[in-house]
Amino acid sequence: MATETGTLLKIDHLNSHYGPIQALYDISLEVKHGELVALVGANGAGKTTLLHAISNLHRASAGKISLGDKEITKWLPHRIVRAGICHVPEGRQVFAPLSVEDNLLLGGYVRRKDKGWMKTELERVYTLFPILRERCKSAAGNLSGGQQQMLVIGRALLGKPELLLLDEPSMGLAPLLVEEIFDIIRELNRQGVTVMLVEQNARAALNIADRGYVLETGHLVLEDCSENLLANKAVQRAYLGYS
Amino acid sequence: MKRLKPFFLLAVVLLVLPLVFPDNYYVTVIGVTAGLNAILAISLNLLMGYAGQISLGHAAFFGIGAYVSAILTTRYGWNPWPAMLVGMTMTSAIAFAIARPILRLKGHYLAMATLGLGIIVHIFLVQEDDFTGGPDGMGDIPVLSVFGWQVDTDLRWYFVIVIILLLVLWLALNIISSRSGRALRALHGSEVAAEMMGIDTTATKSGVFVLAALIAALAGSLFAHQQSFISPDSFGFFFSLQLVTMVVLGSMGSNYGAILGAIILTYLPAMLVVFEDYEVMLFGAILMLVMIFLPQGLLFGIQNLLQRLRHRKQQQKLPGQGLEGRG
Repeated sequence: MATETGTLLKIDHLNSHYGPIQALYDISLEVKHGELVALVGANGAGKTTLLHAISNLHRASAGKISLGDKEITKWLPHRIVRAGICHVPEGRQVFAPLSVEDNLLLGGYVRRKDKGWMKTELERVYTLFPILRERCKSAAGNLSGGQQQMLVIGRALLGKPELLLLDEPSMGLAPLLVEEIFDIIRELNRQGVTVMLVEQNARAALNIADRGYVLETGHLVLEDCSENLLANKAVQRAYLGYS
Repeated sequence: MKRLKPFFLLAVVLLVLPLVFPDNYYVTVIGVTAGLNAILAISLNLLMGYAGQISLGHAAFFGIGAYVSAILTTRYGWNPWPAMLVGMTMTSAIAFAIARPILRLKGHYLAMATLGLGIIVHIFLVQEDDFTGGPDGMGDIPVLSVFGWQVDTDLRWYFVIVIILLLVLWLALNIISSRSGRALRALHGSEVAAEMMGIDTTATKSGVFVLAALIAALAGSLFAHQQSFISPDSFGFFFSLQLVTMVVLGSMGSNYGAILGAIILTYLPAMLVVFEDYEVMLFGAILMLVMIFLPQGLLFGIQNLLQRLRHRKQQQKLPGQGLEGRG
């Protein structure tokens, strides 16, 4: 079924629980090849939980997740990465004591048979983020927050993602840096990477996204193209700071 | 090759030392024990220092390797080399079988489970006296021979152990800087983040557990042939604890640190013998002081100190130059 213009990721009636507490209610959404989709919502709405369900870091209690024509709901996390979903976690989890280059090489852990590709991709990441080349031998934990965010995005790129899941890339960054990171995300998307972007910074996310979903206390309440969402009165009031 | 410079330096020192002091008790006798301990510490450090999985039962694998060699060579008349291979294979198989359930545990629980493993093996060695000779141990274990060259003097044992230590160190250094080594260090930091990189954390953890057990079994077999007499006392909880101390004292996450820790923990008691009754007390006090003042362990601690000293020297130079400029 999956073609270049067809659906890449499809989620059907997904539910997720933490113990007795339900975090996601009957979520259904899809991401098409080449799209940049934003998932916005307040703190605790379930955005991160949804990404964790896709990567199966937290098993969904009901529902179905498919990538292309394969159902991946119960696959182990490392197999999902191999299938082409790279997850950039919230809070920039770099491997602090390891060097920047080791961190990047770890991103390509599942692509070892592709030695030539690894080399060119590492070069591409260094071109995209020159500061990483400059500091390639220092411990990742010594980088600034923005540099660490660049590192985790670069690391995910080395995994040759078909679908890149980004969890709050703007968290804790200065406004100028946020802009830079979002420019890079848009650029990556133009180069053909499908992106699902989770953000609290709804305006920045919707500005670069094709489409957006709004998540509220575990329910998907809205789905539309970005322009419509940005113009939507309810969204403006709740997430864009208009009164 | 720059990465391996300390390796070659260490190799030269270890191989030249007995030529300078051929009959020195501290080199050829305690040196052999230190070498065996260093092999064990390197193997435990792969598991503990790099992959971050604590084990309080490492002496169990050391013991299984030793006893398989002892039983096969004395009771069944096997040649020591195939016996050693069987010992290593059996130990790996046991480690493989228990790795998955045991490594699902984390932190204190993993410590408890590995502690239990060590105690079970120790009890087995004491109780199954038809096989193991029970608490009296087993004697008359034959010496090793390499193409007719009998390893029967202290000096010869020293060279055998040092060469095997260097091989194990070489292996460990290469693993750590390989793709699998990166995976190990990654899951030490965060298992979830490692899984996001596509690392099969379960397989990686059980892989390093089996490798550590395999190396420990090799050391055990060498120990049995070198001592020619073994008893369960050498493979109890206390020895497991000593191995952990070697790794922590030397610096977790450094192969050279593991060797340093093993050397110090082997020589220190031997040196402190002159203090007679106060020996154990002094030993404990030294360990405590090192951990209080160098909490990262000796190797990293000393490295940091040197770095700080160098930094201070540079800073003292800088204002000096400024004054000259002003004058």
